[in-house]
Amino acid sequence: MITLDARGKVCPLPVIEAKKALEAAPAGEIVAVTVDNEIAVQNLQKMAAHKGLTSEARQEGDQEFTVEIKVSGSESQNKGQEGQTIAKSNQEDSVSLVEGRRTGMVVVLASRCMGSGEEKLGKTLMKGFVYALTQQDVLPETVLLYNSGAYLSCKDSDSLEDLLLLESRGVEILTCGTCLNYYELSEKLGVGTATNMYEIVEKQTGASLIIRP
Amino acid sequence: MEQEPIVFCKGGGCTAKLGPGALSSVLSKIPKTEDPNLLIGYDSSDDAAVYKLTDEIAIVQTLDFFPPMVEDPYIFGQIAAANALSDVYAMGGEVKTALNIVCFPERMDLNILGQILQGGSEKVKEAGGVLAGGHSIADDSVKYGLSVCGIIHPDQIYANNTCQEGDALLLTKPLGVGIVCTAQRVGAASLEAMDQAVKSMSTLNRYASEIIRKYRVHACTDVTGFGFLGHLCEMLEDDYTAVVDKGRIPYIPECPDYVEEFYLTAAAQRNRNHVQDKVEFIDCSFAVEEILYDAQTSGGLLVSMSQEDALKALEELKELGLPCDIVGRVEKRQEKTVIVC
Repeated sequence: MITLDARGKVCPLPVIEAKKALEAAPAGEIVAVTVDNEIAVQNLQKMAAHKGLTSEARQEGDQEFTVEIKVSGSESQNKGQEGQTIAKSNQEDSVSLVEGRRTGMVVVLASRCMGSGEEKLGKTLMKGFVYALTQQDVLPETVLLYNSGAYLSCKDSDSLEDLLLLESRGVEILTCGTCLNYYELSEKLGVGTATNMYEIVEKQTGASLIIRP
Repeated sequence: MEQEPIVFCKGGGCTAKLGPGALSSVLSKIPKTEDPNLLIGYDSSDDAAVYKLTDEIAIVQTLDFFPPMVEDPYIFGQIAAANALSDVYAMGGEVKTALNIVCFPERMDLNILGQILQGGSEKVKEAGGVLAGGHSIADDSVKYGLSVCGIIHPDQIYANNTCQEGDALLLTKPLGVGIVCTAQRVGAASLEAMDQAVKSMSTLNRYASEIIRKYRVHACTDVTGFGFLGHLCEMLEDDYTAVVDKGRIPYIPECPDYVEEFYLTAAAQRNRNHVQDKVEFIDCSFAVEEILYDAQTSGGLLVSMSQEDALKALEELKELGLPCDIVGRVEKRQEKTVIVC
């Protein structure tokens, strides 16, 4: 646990110090900030909520409050295990990185082609896109594949190796099960796991950033 | 023992106000004096007191003072004065006399006080008023403001709570000056943002007040410490609902970036606590919420008038050179007092 004593400091200083500590802390770490007023507690929890992090506050004295904020790790993102669970923010910039992956960033591959136009060009572009994705400094948390996008995660796909590389770096690869059945690809899924519509919806509604090439 | 250095600017302006919740619980316990000539007192959560002297003349009395929100003493003086004078303009009155209110540390350089007072006196002069004296006390930290007396015709007072259904809501200055000053305090505000905030805060509401006077104003207030939403809720009481267009809110452009850096004030959070139950945000970013709760120092006028008048007034207001717009409309009462979408 990282502890910060921000008593005697006026907003926004406790929030800014907590934010810096959160950015420097490893995933799963807890940053505990002690402040001397309830408004500062609320501002700290507001910051945590906006960053999609869980936080817990408790009063320890007349003018002593501690707010514990958990740095996003793989398991803490969806549900808080204890205390106050704060709604995930759906805003633009809650950039928190876990081992090079941006929490809440979802890449949706809804077709084997990128853009609309000539099919051959579209496939070439998509292959290039997935490859370029592997070369980024910041990777997505999840890649969702559906409709003819399901071909990309199956054997014989030109992008299979790139998707396997992403998976090896911790990116979650999810392919629509209904789509695999429809295109008779169920036996051929070469990377990640099959998923259902609930998860497809949840991943997108919970995302802070959706990339749809 | 080491002596604490005196910091001129520690986060002042209207962000230093007591929270609206704390205040109303205390005020409700103070007995009220009945006087038929007291046309507006503090029971209507209005900006100033108005007392009728004759059928033609009432006095508008108000005061405001606070700690510095900018580093430059001269500019602080201008802003504090513009802010104190604003209440008279929000009622539709004209400024006559002003008195200085000063708190100043004994061991601080008196030239700094001189600059503050110079900035203040220039604004009183610009307002057409006379600076007639003042009162000063030694204190640990700097505070400055004015006690102001103005006049108004008793039949032409702009109350802050007499909107009509169908009205347009006109805002005459950009929001976000509290956020920008907070960013400035941690050394993160851009020059452009600070210049805009200073320009807005030091501009007298006299000019906007003179423009809206040509039209039929139904209600008017100035947006200060309780933030846009706090003052808007006071305006609507439980009678109407305002639908605010989030795309038309004038604000200093850097604000969303500063909100994302969490330059959050205690004042904005207090304002949020005070009225959040009355406000519904539909598809609004965190930044929009924070901007609407941001405590304003010397903020603009918020005016309720017919759509037709508001469109004409807006054209004239734009010529004053500050971002302004029609930010919403007054509708039949719905569940919430304010809907931002």
